[in-house]
Amino acid sequence: MTAEAPTPKIEVRDLTVAYGRESALRNLSLDILPNEILSIIGPSNSGKTSFLRALNRMNDLEPRIRTTGTIRLDGADIRRDLAAEDLRKRVGMIFALPNPLPLSIFENIVYGPRRSGVRDKNILAGLVESSLRSAFLWDEVKDRLQSSAFKLSGGQQQRLCIARTLALGPEVILYDEPCSGLDPISTAKVEESMTELRKSQTIVLVTNNTKQAARVGTRTAFFLSGEMVEIGPTDKIFTAPDDKRTEDYIVGRFG
Amino acid sequence: MSPRKIREFFIEKLIFLSGVASIVFVALIFVFLLKEGVSLFKTIGLGDFLGGRFWYPISDPPKLGILPLILGSLLVTAGAIALAVPLGIASAFYIAEVAPPRLRDALKTCIEVLSAIPSVVLGFIGMVTLVPFIKRVFGIPTGLTAMTGSIMLALMALPTIISISEDAINSVPGEYKAGAIALGATHWQTLRRVIIHGAMPGIIAASMLGIGRVFGETMAVMMVTGNAAVIPKSLLQPVRTLTATIAAEMGEAVRGSEHFYALFAIGIVLFIISFAINVTADLFLNRGKKR
Repeated sequence: MTAEAPTPKIEVRDLTVAYGRESALRNLSLDILPNEILSIIGPSNSGKTSFLRALNRMNDLEPRIRTTGTIRLDGADIRRDLAAEDLRKRVGMIFALPNPLPLSIFENIVYGPRRSGVRDKNILAGLVESSLRSAFLWDEVKDRLQSSAFKLSGGQQQRLCIARTLALGPEVILYDEPCSGLDPISTAKVEESMTELRKSQTIVLVTNNTKQAARVGTRTAFFLSGEMVEIGPTDKIFTAPDDKRTEDYIVGRFG
Repeated sequence: MSPRKIREFFIEKLIFLSGVASIVFVALIFVFLLKEGVSLFKTIGLGDFLGGRFWYPISDPPKLGILPLILGSLLVTAGAIALAVPLGIASAFYIAEVAPPRLRDALKTCIEVLSAIPSVVLGFIGMVTLVPFIKRVFGIPTGLTAMTGSIMLALMALPTIISISEDAINSVPGEYKAGAIALGATHWQTLRRVIIHGAMPGIIAASMLGIGRVFGETMAVMMVTGNAAVIPKSLLQPVRTLTATIAAEMGEAVRGSEHFYALFAIGIVLFIISFAINVTADLFLNRGKKR
């Protein structure tokens, strides 16, 4: 490797996430680099989602979960130096199933900005347009911003959720199997937006679909039973992985 | 027919009859009420009955105006609802969203116990504690007032309002909450915008059912409101409700007299109002389910 290592956007050190006595993730250390798309692949129960939800402290909502180790965002400890609400504005999350709020399209997008004190109508309207454009949804919904978010198709709802996260201007976006419920065309649109967003954001993508990781990821990590087996450039992971287990998973021998 | 077929036949019919029985009973009750109540209107007009300002059923000729009773019922109900709805909704939110698990279980048990207290016992407790208290605090000649009734009824409506509201809050999909939290909303912001919004139809239905419970309650209210059939001017004076009138006078009304029929007519009025309240509650409950 010749490239000089850039300052990591997120540093994870010795992260352990446990549900009661069972640990979902053990002693994980890795760096997430600015403007990369880090794909995380692995079979179910490998700790992928627990890892992702540790990054924006969504695990805090479940009182049984205990987290140890440190996660630093631009050098700041996310559990000690940042309030959870502020962290989540900087580190946005897209869920496996689209979960728009029971509000209009417009209100879904301004929900976050409003909570952080943006009141000016022009600014809000501008945010709605720019974030819908970045999520490749603007042309489909611009004439019906006041209608309910539930009237959109599943794929549109998922892009609405992406837009609503973008409206907060996050630095990192976490995708938790974002296309598991979507048809191939919607999946393609979500992936297209991801590649576009990478220019200004850092992306972590958890996916069950190894092909998706191969298509969009700049680097790929393989998780198995709560441990990271291997991390590296996507090309290398998919063509010449160091570990036999990575190869077995990718070619579909298990998982 | 084989014995098995015969058995199936009888079981099927039995279940059918049980299912239809409730419909038949409701219909019979309504027909009976109507038959007895409508006889009144041979001698007195509907307007005089509903709008009459005096209820002197045993004077000669009797004056059978139920306006004071309707207003009495409405006043006591309004007072009870003003107390019970805000308190009930707030405690439902506390139980569903804020309370730690152990306290939550304790609170839910307490609420169940509250709903299990027979109304006559509540009325009795109200009579010996609340009535003298109200009398002393406001310095009025009697503590048997509309307000006393409202407070007792609020206690009786609380379990209904709390448990149904809590169900409504719990049935708001967790994804809404996760979505709002992931957008940087605080717990309170999530509660205020997202969860209240999602639970609103259920909360309204809970309140309507609470109102229905209060409006139809008889015993406790009869024991603490003083039962004076006059048009109420304030919460601090005795009132008489529609329900208490029937309960108190049915025993002494001469069968077949105008008074007797008037009590049935009051029954019709009660039936219609309760029915309307319940239908409204149902509408909101169904609207909540559809989404």
